[in-house]
Amino acid sequence: MSMTKLIIKNSFRHTLRVLLTIVGISVAVIAFGMLRTVVTAWNSGVAASSPNRLVVRQAVSFIFPLPYAYKEKIAGIPGVTTVSWLNWFGGTYIDKDQFFARQACDPETIFTLYPEFKLTSSEISAFRSERNACIVGIETAKRYGLKVGDIMNMEGDIYPGSWQFTVRGIYTPRSKTDDATQMFFHWEYLNERMKQDDASSADQVGYYVVKINDASKSAEISQKIDELFKNSPAETKTETEGQFQQGFVSSSGAIIGAINIMSYLIIGIILLVLCNTMIMTSRERTREYAVLKSLGFTGGHLFAFIAGEALTISLLGAGIGIALLIPIVQGFESLLPRGWFPVFIIASSTYVLAGSSALIVGVIAAIIPLYRALTMRIVDGLRFTG
Amino acid sequence: MSAIITISHLTKIYKRDKQEITVLNDVSLDIVQGDFVALMGPSGSGKTTLLNIIAGIDRPTNGEVLIAGTDIGALSETELAKWRSRHIGFIFQFYNLIPVLTAFENVELPLMLTPLSKSERRRQVELALSVVGLADRMDHYPKQLSGGQEQRVAIARAIASDPDIFVADEPTGDLDRVSAEEILTLLERLNKEFGKTIVMVTHDPQAANRAHIVHHLEKGDLIPQVQS
Repeated sequence: MSMTKLIIKNSFRHTLRVLLTIVGISVAVIAFGMLRTVVTAWNSGVAASSPNRLVVRQAVSFIFPLPYAYKEKIAGIPGVTTVSWLNWFGGTYIDKDQFFARQACDPETIFTLYPEFKLTSSEISAFRSERNACIVGIETAKRYGLKVGDIMNMEGDIYPGSWQFTVRGIYTPRSKTDDATQMFFHWEYLNERMKQDDASSADQVGYYVVKINDASKSAEISQKIDELFKNSPAETKTETEGQFQQGFVSSSGAIIGAINIMSYLIIGIILLVLCNTMIMTSRERTREYAVLKSLGFTGGHLFAFIAGEALTISLLGAGIGIALLIPIVQGFESLLPRGWFPVFIIASSTYVLAGSSALIVGVIAAIIPLYRALTMRIVDGLRFTG
Repeated sequence: MSAIITISHLTKIYKRDKQEITVLNDVSLDIVQGDFVALMGPSGSGKTTLLNIIAGIDRPTNGEVLIAGTDIGALSETELAKWRSRHIGFIFQFYNLIPVLTAFENVELPLMLTPLSKSERRRQVELALSVVGLADRMDHYPKQLSGGQEQRVAIARAIASDPDIFVADEPTGDLDRVSAEEILTLLERLNKEFGKTIVMVTHDPQAANRAHIVHHLEKGDLIPQVQS
């Protein structure tokens, strides 16, 4: 018989109680993982942002456009290497429930600025050479069964009218945290229609995305850009892409904060559940610990028995919880409106947090029983009747 | 023969709140190697405390306890634990077997503290269980055994690591007469055939009759011995 066998036999001495504890820990780990995944999804834009990309938007609000004429002026600022621009298109594809980001962009610069969207050079050439061409993310392509050459018909809302696009490329994300649901088409295609249908909306840009050569100078360059357009009819607000994304997220900051707090409270619940089980267990075994000590087992052995038992239960619960978390997150995502979260995956940090929390909880839950067992006099333990 | 246990001016005082209770009062005693000694006395006389101190699971307030030349009062807790595992075999009134372990595993428990290999441990456990007549019950759990059989497993656990001294605290106190006789016969065998020193606390005069020497304690004092 090995110490491990003894620990496992002891762990499952009260089968029902241990199973209920393991189930409790598993459920808590699932809840923890779900909440962390929601927070991760919420912050995915921030996480995926690049430090050497700046976003220039209208100072009053993101919904107001900027003149196209700003492009040259921004490009002239030292440290700026590329200037690109996008307009949020909105619109309806198939029906109003089908949501994914659709943006008009500069086809010459967009994929230089966003190397995380991977395309072949032939796809990029095909996209650039056809005015109503579009590029879609692989997730959107899979969702609608789109392939290169397919036509996408849309009804505009911000930019009214019927719009037709031809898929000329399907991008794949560089990593799992990059958004694979977006659609890009030519800004020029949009602008020409606006010149015809609504001249006031022509030559307008939703926001500029600026690539800089030194991320450490982002504040300085942002200030220069904003100073350039100070006191103009369309003042700008320039910030890093991360700050820009954070601006969206921070509007829901209180909710995210609450979710974060809840996720850590769940760790506390796991701790209480396991502590309760371990304290009950050790109390019942007071006499056995005394017998083991009398046979010559030392404090180190008792530590191995008690901590081993607590860790067996906590890690088993966490393991089952993590194993179930994967299909549950997938099921949860399928219940959400499509495109609600462009990136909805369990981050590796969530696995690490859940696993390490279980480890720490196991050790903490062993402290009180261990202290009792170590400080107990053998003669008192042998007299213990429960 | 030389004394394996030498107790000199042993005093044990317990403190309950501010009150001091003298449980053993200046007890001196020699126990010779290979002896079978019974400690008797009314409840509260200090016999179990004396046994616990001999076994190294309690410490004296004053006095010296030398066992096979070792002053066990001078040992640290860890040293004392190792010393117990090598020198003392425990037999308790309520057997104190681990319920989730089989008879084999219970007997193997003290051997986990030795450097013996798995096969050596197995041999030793099988030998111990055959000595107590339970070789055919090694895969049984304590709840599948009678009280007498449980106590025999406990004795097998005590003899497995081949200690010099056996301390038995009311080993027949929880058994019927037939089982008690079996256990006492077994203890006698250990003493006579294997030359083990046995110190036994008992209330039972019939059990005490099996011992070579009976020491009586009363209110913490050792009464002059009666040769059986």
